[in-house]
Formats: sequence, structure tokens, C-alpha cells
Amino acid sequence: MVELFENKTDYKVIGTRPVRHDGIEKVTGRAIYGGDVKVPGIIWGEVARSTEVHAKIKSIDTSEAENLPGVFAVMTHDDLATPGIETTRNGLSDIDRDFFNIMAKDKVLYKGHVVAAVAAIDRNTAQEAVKLIKIKYEKLEPVKNVDEAIAPNAPILLEDLVGDHLGEPVKNTNIATHFRHEFGNVEEGFKSANLIVDKEVSLEMVHQGYIEPHNATAIWNEDDRITVWSSTQGSFGVRDQTAKFVGVSPSNIRVNYSEIGGGFGGKTKVYLAPIAAILSKKSNGRPVKIIMDRPSVFEATGPAPGGKVRVKIGVTNNGKITAAEAVIRYEAGAYPGSAVNAGAICIFACYEIPASRIDGYDIVVNKPKSAAYRAPGSPQAAFAIETVIDEICDEKGWDKIKFRLDNAAKKGTRRGDGVLLEKVGFEECLNAAKNSDHWKSDIGQPEEGKVRGRGLATGYWMNGGGPSTCDLMLMDDGIVMMNEGSADIGGTRASIAMQAAEVLGLSAEDIKPTIPDTDSIGFTGITGGSRTTFATGYAAYLAAESMVKQLKERTAILWDTDENDIEFNNGTFTSKNQELKISIKELAGNLGSTGGPVSSTASVNMAAGGNGYAVHICDLEIDTLTGKTDVIRYTAVQDVGKAIHPSYAEGQIQGGVVQGIGWALNEEYFLNDDGSMANSSFLDYRMPTSLDLPMIETIMVEVPNPNHPYGVRGVGEVPLCPPIAAASNAVKDATNKRILDQPIKPSRILKAIL
Amino acid sequence: MANTNIHITTTINEQPYEFLAPSYMSLLDALREIVGLTGTKEGCLDGNCGACTVNVDGRIVDSCLVLAAEIDGCKVETVEGMASSEGLHPLQKAFLEEAALQCGICTPGFLVAAKGLLDNEPNPSEHRIRHWLAGNLCRCTGYDKIVKAVQKVSSEG
Repeated sequence: MVELFENKTDYKVIGTRPVRHDGIEKVTGRAIYGGDVKVPGIIWGEVARSTEVHAKIKSIDTSEAENLPGVFAVMTHDDLATPGIETTRNGLSDIDRDFFNIMAKDKVLYKGHVVAAVAAIDRNTAQEAVKLIKIKYEKLEPVKNVDEAIAPNAPILLEDLVGDHLGEPVKNTNIATHFRHEFGNVEEGFKSANLIVDKEVSLEMVHQGYIEPHNATAIWNEDDRITVWSSTQGSFGVRDQTAKFVGVSPSNIRVNYSEIGGGFGGKTKVYLAPIAAILSKKSNGRPVKIIMDRPSVFEATGPAPGGKVRVKIGVTNNGKITAAEAVIRYEAGAYPGSAVNAGAICIFACYEIPASRIDGYDIVVNKPKSAAYRAPGSPQAAFAIETVIDEICDEKGWDKIKFRLDNAAKKGTRRGDGVLLEKVGFEECLNAAKNSDHWKSDIGQPEEGKVRGRGLATGYWMNGGGPSTCDLMLMDDGIVMMNEGSADIGGTRASIAMQAAEVLGLSAEDIKPTIPDTDSIGFTGITGGSRTTFATGYAAYLAAESMVKQLKERTAILWDTDENDIEFNNGTFTSKNQELKISIKELAGNLGSTGGPVSSTASVNMAAGGNGYAVHICDLEIDTLTGKTDVIRYTAVQDVGKAIHPSYAEGQIQGGVVQGIGWALNEEYFLNDDGSMANSSFLDYRMPTSLDLPMIETIMVEVPNPNHPYGVRGVGEVPLCPPIAAASNAVKDATNKRILDQPIKPSRILKAIL
Repeated sequence: MANTNIHITTTINEQPYEFLAPSYMSLLDALREIVGLTGTKEGCLDGNCGACTVNVDGRIVDSCLVLAAEIDGCKVETVEGMASSEGLHPLQKAFLEEAALQCGICTPGFLVAAKGLLDNEPNPSEHRIRHWLAGNLCRCTGYDKIVKAVQKVSSEG
């Protein structure tokens, strides 16, 4: 965008904490989530999943399932549309391979890979029918991690994959992409360094861990109009992806909005909607509902890539970084498309580095296809870079905040991928951390048999932009109805409505937001990339400005005056001579004589959403007998640009921190020898509980984003970037041992300290 | 497939109910699919997330681990029974005021569980609240504001 906004401070609504508009439904159990959808005549779908990790499908026999009483339809991959027929306009990456991820053909690439599906009279019958589908496999050797994938003579997952290795096409490879970002003279930079630290960290896959499993309900009418309900971060994404997989135009599909029980990036892809749609078609238009079971959520959806990240940094004796090098190797899962591109953008983005080289590798392995997870690719990268920065400071005895301040990214810093940064708030975050009560406090004495440590780490996420739409309608009583297209996962109805309210001089409660179906609102991108309050909020701002402009014209008619002689302030129109005054509320009931109803709409396509920076401080206590780690104090500092609804901005930060603590200390895809996941339940995939945690302190720094009228920067993702490194650095501080493998679990701590 | 339906007479949110449910059906499915109360959520179906928490005769249970047949003659309370003619339950109000929910899928379970605590222990410590709620997973909030909402009701009670 060209227009740059000035910082304002005298807000009436922005920065307050109203009760969210959808709150009552959600505390009374009345809110309708995807799994709650009930349609007359509904039947249930279920999928058959691969029991093998890597195998050729020799045959699929569905005859027994088809003959089970109560079964309406059975489908396999051949019922999907043919890949390569372009039916969407949004250029979804790697979508052709997703045809085979949604339902395997010829080959299964991970345990839990869907092979067939059934629709039946009830859920139990559908589950019984699935057991009757006989699939014969020819087992292949599994590829379990990035090292196995690139070993000579490694089994090849995708025979038709042509890798792009620095621009060269390469066949017979598991490396889908190898790219490089380079600037400056890296070799000279390292030569001029007095100290070089070089470390490689390794990470296991982790899951987003949303509490609501995936679900979809679909009705396929005889005129090929399809109606879908699905818990998703973006109804338009479900529409366009489903259209492609079932072979209709997106305009044939209406996706109804339902509430979503957590996503964190994992509900940006479709898994079940195309299957439910085709099962409905094959069941003569009966509505088909599918709810995924929890083991399948783990085994077949979501994960964030594991892999290895190597970082090498050179510094001079006076504390300046001279050069940096990174090699990022991420597990894409079964098909190309890990978050390695974003990891490469983020890895050095906290620092001013004169010469840098970043190599990224996107590698396929026999695990579920990875999906976005909150700042995808950045937390893993932050673990590596912040480990090396911590080691440099330890080696030289430097203050960990001062060293970072001396090398901090600022306006004009060149990011590792070449982009020059705009105004950012990283130095402000570091100073806020330095001045925080937590950083200045003593860590305190542990009980006997325990040791304590403090770690500090930083993180970066670029934040997304993209398309959003918002419509406003003024009611006779002065209430404004709002339609907006963003799925609300954490209070964005409120944060979007508040931006319209601020423009209109109304209260947050005077705006009534609704998220309509995809036929009834303009295209809006997914709720992801920390874009929603920024981009859809901006659409709301523009729609409100448009409404004010119209109302000014109507007031001019009412007063028989020139609209240029009318001022608008705080919800009230005033004539220049101050003689006439009318509020929006009063005007709303008197629009008839001025031309009838007033409504407005705005659509935007925003550039990236204003770089987000975070600095985290983690105190933890380790039991030296058991290796158990407890986080005892945690402070997250973050530049939020401007907190529209501070409670929900804090909530984003606190939630991200806690996911990061789980990632650091407990969570992992723990594999059996055959490569299948051994811990596909919430009992064994151990996410943090309330008992594992202290209160999470937040310090919100507000360095306004010049590309947004209220200065909003995305807040949802960057809080997940520092915690792995912050916890790891705290473990080093406590034990004087550096653990380079995530998760930093008790067995690893014991091995290090005993 | 062949199975036996069980006749169940029970009280749900102080209203009498009588229905038939297959012998294998969980209380969760009976509430959601037969009684029509979908406020109680399915998260994992193996008793590890707490999204399906309900109160049966004063005890907090994961309704996915209870057979519908087991509630014959029992008193069941779900999130739908928390608000009354007086309005929202203080916990519901506190969750709204403290922004103790983000996506909201775990909220019904947390509310029922927290009510179960405060009904018996009006003034629990932070540690006691965290211990009591450890059977309910929330992936959005980091628990901070949930614990504070329960503390708020406790101190006002």
C-alpha cells in the first residue's frame, strides 16, 4: 500500500476490552461447531486408513463393505476428479499432490493415509463397514527422517518427483527443493570473525493439537450444487480446494460457516470435505457427516516439520556479527511443501548481518504431509539461531540483551531472503525485556535436588496480508450489522467490529458481526498468517469510512446544506457553524427521506502484515534425580503494533508461549521402529496442562505498523517462535549442558547431567 | 447390525428424560445424538481432553468414557444447565469478562469442571484450581485467563 498512517492515541474503542460478540453462545454450549451440524436425513461417513507406513497398494476389495446392511456408498481415489484440471483461481501450491494425500492411489506413504471411504446409516455402521474393506499391500522400506531420506540408495517415496536442486531438475530423489538465499561475502565475513560458533539442532514433528477433531458435512444436489459445513480456518479455502478435488467450479459450492475448535494452521487444508461430498453424491444426495477420530488427527493431519537446522555465526571481539550461514532441512511429510521457505525468511531476521547464506531443503519422508503450524518453520529456525547466539554470549561473557541490541534488526536491515525491513519494534522489545521485572529479578533458590536456570530467546514472523471483505448495514435503531469473511478462532469478530466502531464513533456492542457462508460475502483469505485483525480489520475500517461518507451526504440532504460544511466526530455530524447536530443513532431512523437504506462494503488485498518480533524470558527448575522440568516463571515481550482488544492479544501470546513450552519440553511424534507413530493419543502425546504452568506474563510493546490505520501488526504467530530456544537456553543456564535435540525431555536431561 | 437398545430414565439439567440407546453408546453420543445437547463436545473419545466433561450425581466425568446405560436413575448436568432464569452462571460471566476462551471448544468442559470444584470448595488456591482442571486440555489460552476467571468467581463468591 502507498498510504502510510500516522500514529494516533486518542481512541474510544480501540484498546478497550469489551465482551466478545460470540461469547454467550460459546459459554452456554449453544455455538454450532462443525461437529454439531445436524441436517435432516443425515448419514455418516468413515474412512479406511492405511495400516502400513510405506507400501504399494496391490488391491482394494470393497465388496463386503458394500453388502453390509445400512451402507449407502463406498468410494476410492478413482471417484475423485482428475488432477491437473485447473478449477481454482488461487494457485494453491502442491494441490495436485494433495489429490493423493486426501485419498491414496497405488501407494500409501504413511500410517493413517486414507485409502477408501464409506457412507452408512449411522456412525457405528460406517465404522463396521470400514473394517470390511480389504486392502492388500506390498510393504516398502520406510523413510523415517531427513538423514534417511537423503542417504544413498534411500527408498524413493514419489517416483514421479523431479526435484529442484538450485535450479537443476533432479530425478530419483526425496529432496523436493534445495534453494539458497545469499548476499554479501560470507567467506570474507567468517575470516574477519574472532569467534565462530557452529551448531546443529534436531527436531521431531509436533502436532498443532487443536481440541476439536476435523469434521465435514456435505450435500451434493442433483444439479451439482454442493453445500458444505466444515471446521476450518477459511471457508473459501474449503470451497476452492473441495471444488478442485471433486471436479466442479468453486461457484458450485457453498461453504456454511461453523465455529472452529482450534486450528493453529492445521485447519487450512481440507481432508474430509471432498470425501463427504462424493459420498453424498454416491448416496443420492443424502447429507454425509464425517468426524475424524483422534488417533487419525495425529497420524494423518497437521504436523509441523521436524528436521535439522544448522547455524554458523561469526562475531568480532567487539561484539558485531560478521557473517552467518544456515542449512535448514525440514520434513515435508509424504508430499512436498514443508515450511522451509518461511523458516529461511525468519532464521536471521532478528539480526543485522552483513553477509549471509541460507540453504533450505524440502524433504519428503514417510510421515503425514506437514501443514502450517503457527509461524510455520520459524520456531525450529529460532531454536537453532538462538542457541548459537546464546553460546556466543556464554563463550564471550557478553550480556545477552546487549549483544542482541548491538546487532538488532531495524528499519533498513536486509533480511536473509533479501527483503529490506520497514519500521520494526525489535529494539523496543529488547529494551522492554531488559527493563522488565522478570529480567531484573533474582531467580531464587531451588529446593534441594533441583537446579534453576534462566533463558532468553527472540523470534520473528513476517505476518501475512491478503484478501478480505467486510460489509456494513445501518439499521433504523443505529445498530450496524457487519458481515465479514474471516473464521473466528480467538475473538476476531470483536477485534474487527471494534475497528468499524472506532470509525463510526459507536460502541463495540453497537456493531453486530456475522460470518456468512461463501455465497454471501466477498472472498476472504484464511484466518492464518496473523492476518485477520490486520487485513479484515482494515476492510472493516474502509467499509466504516465509506458509511460515514454516505451518511454525511444524507445529512447534507437533511439539512439542505453542502456536505463540505459538515464535520463528523465521535459518532455525530455537526454543521460548521455548530448550529446543527445529529448523531448516527438519530440519523439512522431518518434515512427514508434522504434516499433509503445505507450500507457499505470494502474489499482489500493487503501486502504483508508488518513484521512481528518477540523476546521471551523463561525460568525453569530441573529435578536432577528425574530430569523433570518445571517452568516457574515466563515473560513474553512482543511488538503488537497496536492491541485492538488487549485481552485477546494477550491471550494469543499466552497460548503461543504454552504451545512452545510443550514443543520444547514434551511434545514429539515418537516413532515405532516401523515408522508408525507410537503416541497418537492425548495421553501419550503430552500437551501442557494447567498444572504444568505458571501464569504467563505478557509485555505488549506498541510500535505502530505504518501500513495499518491503527498500527496493527499480527500477533498470533510470533509468540510460538522463541519458546523452544528460551527453554533450551534456560536448561543450559541451569545445568551448563547444551541439549541440541528437541524435545528437551527428562531422559535427555538426565543423559546430559549424569 | 444387531444390538440391544437399553431403556434409560434419567434427569438431565433438572428435566426428566426417557430414551432408548444402543448398549454400546457412550453418554457423550447419547447427549449429542439422542437428547440433542451438543454443548458437550467430542475431542478425543478416550478420556484425555476433557471436552466432554459433564457432572453425574455430583461427580465430574468424561462422558465419552461413560456408557449411556450407566446414567439410568442418575442426575446429569451439562453446560446447557448452567445458566438459569437469573441469567448466566457466575463462571460463565467470568469467562466472558476475563476473555478465558478463544476458540471455545474446551469451554463447556472447563465450565462444568470448574463448577464442580467451586460447588464443593468455594475458595481453592491457584494450585488447587490448576490441579483440578488438569484433566481439561485447552490449546488456545495457555490456561492463564481460565485460572484467573475461576479465581475471580472464587473471590467474589
